[in-house]
Amino acid sequence: MNILIIAAKEIHQAIRNRWVLAATLLLAGLALSLTFLGSAPTGNVGVRTLDVVVVSLSSLTIFLVPLIALLISHDAIVGEMERGTMLLLLSYPVARWQVLLGKFLGHLAVLAFATCLGYGAAVGALAATGSQIDSDSFLAFAAMVGSSVLLGAAFVAIGYLISALVRDRGTAAGICIGLWLLLVLIYDMALLGVLALDQGRSISAAALNAMLLANPTDAYRLINLTGFANVSTFAGMAGLAQTSSLTIPVLLSALLGWTLLPLGLAALAFSRREL
Amino acid sequence: MTSTVRVSDVTKAYGRVEAVRGASFALGQGELVALIGHNGAGKTTLMKLMLGLIRPTSGAIEVLGDNPAAGEFAGRRQLGYLPENVSFDPALTGRETQAFYARLKREPVAKALDLLDAVGLGAASRRRVSTYSKGMRQRLGLAQALLGAPRVLLLDEPTTGLDPELRQTFYDIIARLAAAGTTVLLSSHALTELEERAGRVIIMNRGIKVADGSIDELRRLARLPTRIRLKVAGLAPSEMPPWAPADATCRRLNGHIVEIDAAPERKIELLHRATAAGNAVEDVDVVPPTLDELYAHFLRQSEQAP
Ligand SMILES: Nc1ncnc2c1ncn2[C@@H]1O[C@H](COP(=O)(O)OP(=O)(O)OP(=O)(O)O)[C@@H](O)[C@H]1O
Ligand SMILES: [Mg+2]
Repeated sequence: MNILIIAAKEIHQAIRNRWVLAATLLLAGLALSLTFLGSAPTGNVGVRTLDVVVVSLSSLTIFLVPLIALLISHDAIVGEMERGTMLLLLSYPVARWQVLLGKFLGHLAVLAFATCLGYGAAVGALAATGSQIDSDSFLAFAAMVGSSVLLGAAFVAIGYLISALVRDRGTAAGICIGLWLLLVLIYDMALLGVLALDQGRSISAAALNAMLLANPTDAYRLINLTGFANVSTFAGMAGLAQTSSLTIPVLLSALLGWTLLPLGLAALAFSRREL
Repeated sequence: MTSTVRVSDVTKAYGRVEAVRGASFALGQGELVALIGHNGAGKTTLMKLMLGLIRPTSGAIEVLGDNPAAGEFAGRRQLGYLPENVSFDPALTGRETQAFYARLKREPVAKALDLLDAVGLGAASRRRVSTYSKGMRQRLGLAQALLGAPRVLLLDEPTTGLDPELRQTFYDIIARLAAAGTTVLLSSHALTELEERAGRVIIMNRGIKVADGSIDELRRLARLPTRIRLKVAGLAPSEMPPWAPADATCRRLNGHIVEIDAAPERKIELLHRATAAGNAVEDVDVVPPTLDELYAHFLRQSEQAP
């Protein structure tokens, strides 16, 4: 009950602050432009456009959704403490973990709404312009939207953990930007570099899998680029898809773990905070 | 009298700063207690300890049957708190804010919104909090603290920023609540306001409780002189009346007012002497030591004691 009350307030506030509007418009705008720019040259050669859209949208998601998630979450605890609103809230009959979970549900709802509506606009536009959409492609698309929300959940939880640990908002923002750069850009480049240097001598397939699971954005990428045969051919990942032992359930559990573990740690850190 | 708040030998250290040192007291039902002390004396720290926002370094606290340091909060439905610098989410309106807090306390929202009128926020309650003046925010803070039927009210400098009219209303409201059995603990620097209203005063100095009791008890303890002012006709400007005791300090205030510092037990004797002497005493004022003076006295005393 307390959790829902806090979640509802968080959503209310996000609507008031135009966070919902901004995130939805941003995702819809980018999804629409990718859909039409991306499908123009391939439109006539028998390629199923939605599959192409899934590939390009999931690459976009990897950059954008973690960024939006960290933007709304890094402030959640330390920001409220700094503004002084947390003091009053915690004098009410609520447990700290309820506050955290309520905020999480609220922020996740905002993110899910923006993603579904924003990306849904792309499908709507495709359907409206007469592209045929078969059920395989639609399934891949729905999975892409669902896993995007899960990716967002992981980064919201990571943002909370940072927010619960640091002393002021500026530090939280700085660490979040650094983490975003690391997980979204640097990690894959470093991984490629290491693999190229190693030439398959000492890094086993198991070690590579572990390294891929250790980064939520890689887990997300693998779900969307290798999970569906129709998509993986366009993604140039068909080979990897057949050989990889990282099945969809494994990848999904990795993302789920990346959500629950930081969330649990954030609750622990928050429960010990003094304010 | 059952106590709602019990503080037993509580110490709270922030690093090397000991914000509260070995404080012990119990607050009973229906008591209106003023917590006074200089800036940094530990008043806010005490309230935060009672709410479990911070944990004591040593000692134990019990509030409405809960141990706040262990995160227990069952009793908090019946607790109201007003922080010293209250702040709210700027994007929400006063009504939305009040409704949110009412839901958290499982109080009917309609009744909670009536409180906004009680603190005179009426028309402004439909505007966003970001547009509020300081006093309006303070009023909203009061409205949320009064939610439900609180059995304990912790008010940290509640009257700062309130206009004189609402100040009066505020004291009326808490007096009514205290009469109905609510424990009210309020910290303040406005000592003159508290003088007539607080049934009990706790004085803090650098984290240590240096005095605790009703104002009359504190006056007895402090043994500060009562000032008696007499308007006497027919005295030369620097002349002291002949009946003035040699061992009491006398002053001439202006034309014909004589002020005598009287030890508490000699008040009546002095008045007798003044009226019996036959000098034309036209008017009498008896000024007992004010809370300001008592406060200064206890502070001085605690500084002298090692
Ligand atoms: N978070 C903190 N970290 C370190 N020291 C603190 C912290 N909070 C309070 N203190 C210290 O504890 C002491 C008591 O502070 P407190 O806020 O309780 O004073 P106060 O009596 O409420 O003063 P005021 O009348 O100014 O409100 C002060 O010396 C203050 O510097
Ligand atoms: Mg204070």
